[in-house]
Amino acid sequence: MEIAIKELTKTFKGRIAVDHLSLTIGQGEFFALLGENGAGKTTTIKLLSCLMKPTSGDAIMLGDSIVENPQAVKKKLNISPQETAVARNLTVKENLEFIAKIYGSDKREAEQKAMGLMDKFGLMDRAKSKGRTLSGGLERRLSIAMAMISEPEIIFLDEPTVGLDVRARLDLWQILLDLKGQITIILTTHYLEEVEALADRIGIMHKGRLHALGTLEELKEQTGQAKLQDIFLQLTAEAEIQ
Amino acid sequence: MRALTFAERNRKEILRDPMTLLFGMVLPLLMLWLFSMMAENMPFDLFTLEKLAPAIIVFSFSFITLFTGMLIGRDKSSSFLMRIFASPMAATDYLAGYALPLLPIAFLQITACYGTALLLGMPFTIDAIPAVGVLSIISLLYIGFGLFFGTFFTDRQVGAMFAIFVNITTWLSGTWFELDMIGGTFQRVAYLLPFAHAVDASRAIFAGDYGAVFIPMLWVMAYTAVIFGIAVWGFKKRMRG
Repeated sequence: MEIAIKELTKTFKGRIAVDHLSLTIGQGEFFALLGENGAGKTTTIKLLSCLMKPTSGDAIMLGDSIVENPQAVKKKLNISPQETAVARNLTVKENLEFIAKIYGSDKREAEQKAMGLMDKFGLMDRAKSKGRTLSGGLERRLSIAMAMISEPEIIFLDEPTVGLDVRARLDLWQILLDLKGQITIILTTHYLEEVEALADRIGIMHKGRLHALGTLEELKEQTGQAKLQDIFLQLTAEAEIQ
Repeated sequence: MRALTFAERNRKEILRDPMTLLFGMVLPLLMLWLFSMMAENMPFDLFTLEKLAPAIIVFSFSFITLFTGMLIGRDKSSSFLMRIFASPMAATDYLAGYALPLLPIAFLQITACYGTALLLGMPFTIDAIPAVGVLSIISLLYIGFGLFFGTFFTDRQVGAMFAIFVNITTWLSGTWFELDMIGGTFQRVAYLLPFAHAVDASRAIFAGDYGAVFIPMLWVMAYTAVIFGIAVWGFKKRMRG
């Protein structure tokens, strides 16, 4: 079972945001989607997480179509949006229990899951702190823990380390590395070193189209560049010329 | 079940905000007290507690609009709504989840305002019991406006919209003065909107004049249905991206 994206397209009033995107992401893979601002990364995530209907095309998410059966797809995935999306006046524990319950857990199960994730994400000593009192790093950790509490098979991380200091970013990387292989992770980020440290494969989008796909080594071979930054700049420049 | 879980979260978000207590409870009670004192020096009977308390209860519901609108607006700007849109919740779960916690808050506003009016000297009437039912229906109108503002505007815009809304709901409702004192176009416009009808219905039910409740409540319920309908349509559209 895998994620099979077939000719996925989204247009807004004549402007193409995602242009006939086709690719396959394996189960348990850590896949990074790169691109400049406006490249179509967030729209792709919104389409795959059933927050938007595609104009045409489809994606089969571990056996279910985002067009035919979005409710079944929604049960398999969770999302950590670009903004942390934490309830401000709920405590850390209440935030986690709330998400667990809307995905079907009863009170006891939600509490157990919340305790487990607070332990895993180093949030136990802040269990009773309100969302609005957390630092940026803790808020990001909570955001990802909230996405994990439904035990998704696929998780979307939209720029999960934006605005974090070096230590908080490295702490979060370690958490993400621990998740690697257990679930399918689709990451969008502007931090290329993050992609180098975490991703199994990389897709580079430009103006809604997928311009390159492969492991870091494959992309190095394809472009003759040694660093991901140079690979990215070369491929997006080539795409601009085309 | 999911709607109740979401309602519980929204109840906590609203009640844990000190602004809720300040604007939703303290301000209407303060106005009730101030205007009842002014009534002692007034040559006419507008500010008698029998007229003032039912109108101020309706006025207090304006803040329900603010709470609902701000909550939805903030959920949009923080992407919280995006997170829960990605969950298996249905559109009806969201709307029920936003609307349900406001009904107990409306009930608290009704009892706090009526209790204060009794303490200030308003005679007790058994008509207060059906009045709670009528006022609960009226509160749905203000909840609907909150859903409407929250759906179509950002949290910052909701604040600005509310400043206009609260002025319209008070000046065009006959809360502070009799509309026929001005008459003409002003009065006609006021009675094309639901707020004067809401105040009329509230005053009539507290006075035990049940015959005078029906027509104003028809206006209120018709507006409530339309506002809810537009909010639901807008919300579903937003859910579809």
